[in-house]
Amino acid sequence: MKASLRRIAAAAWARSLEFVRDRSSLGWNLVFPILMVIGLAFVFSGPGQPLFKVAVIAPAEAKLDASLHPFLDTPQVQFYREDSRDAALPKVQRHRIDLLIDFTAAPPAYWVNEQSPKGALLERLIAGSGGAALHREVTTGKSIRYVDWVAPGVLGMNMMFACLFGIGYVIVRYRKNGYLKRLNATPLRAFEFLLAQLLSRLALILVVNVLVFGACRLLLGLRMEGSYLDLLVVVTLGAFSMIAMGLVVSARLASEELAGGILNVISTPMMVVCGVFFSMDGAPRALQIAADFFPLTHLLNAARAIMLDGTGLAQLGYPLGMMALMSAVFLGLGAVLFKWRQD
Amino acid sequence: MNSETALEVRELVKHFKQVKAVNGLSFDVKTGTCFGLFGPNGAGKSTTIEMCEGLLTPTSGSIRYRGEPLGPRYRERVGIQFQSTALQDHLTVIENLRFFSALYPVRRSLDELIALCRLEDFLDRDSRKLSGGQRQRLLLAIALVNDPELLFLDEPTTGLDPQARRNFWDLVRDIKAAGRTIVLTTHYMEEAYLLCDEIVIVDAGQIIARGVPSQLLAEHFNDSVLEVPAAEAPKLAGSTLVGTPKGDTLEIQTPDVNAAVAALLAAGVSLAQLRIRPRTLEDLFIELTGRGLRE
Repeated sequence: MKASLRRIAAAAWARSLEFVRDRSSLGWNLVFPILMVIGLAFVFSGPGQPLFKVAVIAPAEAKLDASLHPFLDTPQVQFYREDSRDAALPKVQRHRIDLLIDFTAAPPAYWVNEQSPKGALLERLIAGSGGAALHREVTTGKSIRYVDWVAPGVLGMNMMFACLFGIGYVIVRYRKNGYLKRLNATPLRAFEFLLAQLLSRLALILVVNVLVFGACRLLLGLRMEGSYLDLLVVVTLGAFSMIAMGLVVSARLASEELAGGILNVISTPMMVVCGVFFSMDGAPRALQIAADFFPLTHLLNAARAIMLDGTGLAQLGYPLGMMALMSAVFLGLGAVLFKWRQD
Repeated sequence: MNSETALEVRELVKHFKQVKAVNGLSFDVKTGTCFGLFGPNGAGKSTTIEMCEGLLTPTSGSIRYRGEPLGPRYRERVGIQFQSTALQDHLTVIENLRFFSALYPVRRSLDELIALCRLEDFLDRDSRKLSGGQRQRLLLAIALVNDPELLFLDEPTTGLDPQARRNFWDLVRDIKAAGRTIVLTTHYMEEAYLLCDEIVIVDAGQIIARGVPSQLLAEHFNDSVLEVPAAEAPKLAGSTLVGTPKGDTLEIQTPDVNAAVAALLAAGVSLAQLRIRPRTLEDLFIELTGRGLRE
């Protein structure tokens, strides 16, 4: 046991030295995400998205069109279906959507955020649509700037790339140049080697992201409602699960080109469906289900809940559980599939 | 097998898909000796040594170390230097040594190792910036970090300049003098001849000769080789000497060097560029296979 820990520590230390001394890539890891967040903040600092977004709760058989209510025929507004008022109302409060209409309520009602100018405009459109009158309910909540919402997404996406490519490329390179074969000739076991790579990468990613997060918070005054410790727990688990995902990809490959291709095939959909740049509310159901299978989705949901709403870990059982489950599955799979040498 | 046998290899076979890389090799390596697998590139030497290292599983046949099959602890007791090994980028010589040392339960003092392999002058250098000879010495030191009873060297001097090669041989002799058992593969006849107590000559996955290098040569040859420039060949037309042309030189095999030199003088051949050499392992390889080591 002691010998095993010594081997893991030695391998993790050697890998960390290699990473830290590779100044150019270290610099890139630090500077790139900060630039990206600032860039996005600049690009989206205007009046926001032109489209109005309205959540609708309606009986399953009802279609979201003029047959339900003439207001639903308004072309400049995106209507999408929500299942419960509990899930949809916080989105109105946070200005993520502009209005909520519940046709299953008695009487049918709409919820508007009094602090939202877009909400006020939509109210007038409802009144002028000529349909049945809807009961007015009021809710409140401060708007969240897009940058507050997008920053966790960008940092999470960047972390995903660092996790997947950072571990994937390195192990594939080690296998290709024969370094793994050399290690295989020592008492170092496969799971010790993998754990060492994982821990080294995890530690470095956490350090880099704490610095990047600090810089973004300072430069952009990012919103942070919850506990830093909770955020650290979520980020650690999220990074762990994504590194473990990289281990699966790199378990057997000996070609960096192929590894790069496969990693792109995995990371591109994650970038699109996990809610990095835009909320997935209102996206097709199939996409939302697909997103559930990616660790990044759960990392971003949990991180945003902590940062934007001050949610505690106790309420984040689902994303934390999913990330833990994925970590275990990927790590197990990576260790079983792992090969020291190319065939 | 007796108590002095370190490694006992029987009927070793390794097939890679359609290729029979190793085809029924059997040999014993005695404790405290340097054993050589000698043969051309592609003869199956590296495949054989990797099976002996416990890194490749034989298709069939057995390998026993001190009478026991190679167990999980075997790796802690042997040292291995591959034909070519990549190390981690950005690590210095001493950091590489410390890393590999930490992987073993029994470790040799690094100071001793540094002195033995003469690494003092470049301990803090990035391992990527070493010369060929320095790099091989570092790889040898890494193979020795666990103070192994049995050391495997796979083509350890390939690509080194003659001076670096000689320095490396000195190191191997020191290690042998300290009582270690060494298994070495090489396609350099001089290396096999100078370092090995016993060799097997391998060709196409099979052993074609075995024994002590000097005795092997004595068994097969009772003559020496005289080399004169090929341009002198016409002068030998009327002589009893028979030469074989080989590139720019003419090789004359003879059991009686004195008589042959007298015959050369009598034929009017200039002795200015005469070379007399004993038979080598390469000659033996050609004799046994009908082709050269590098053909």
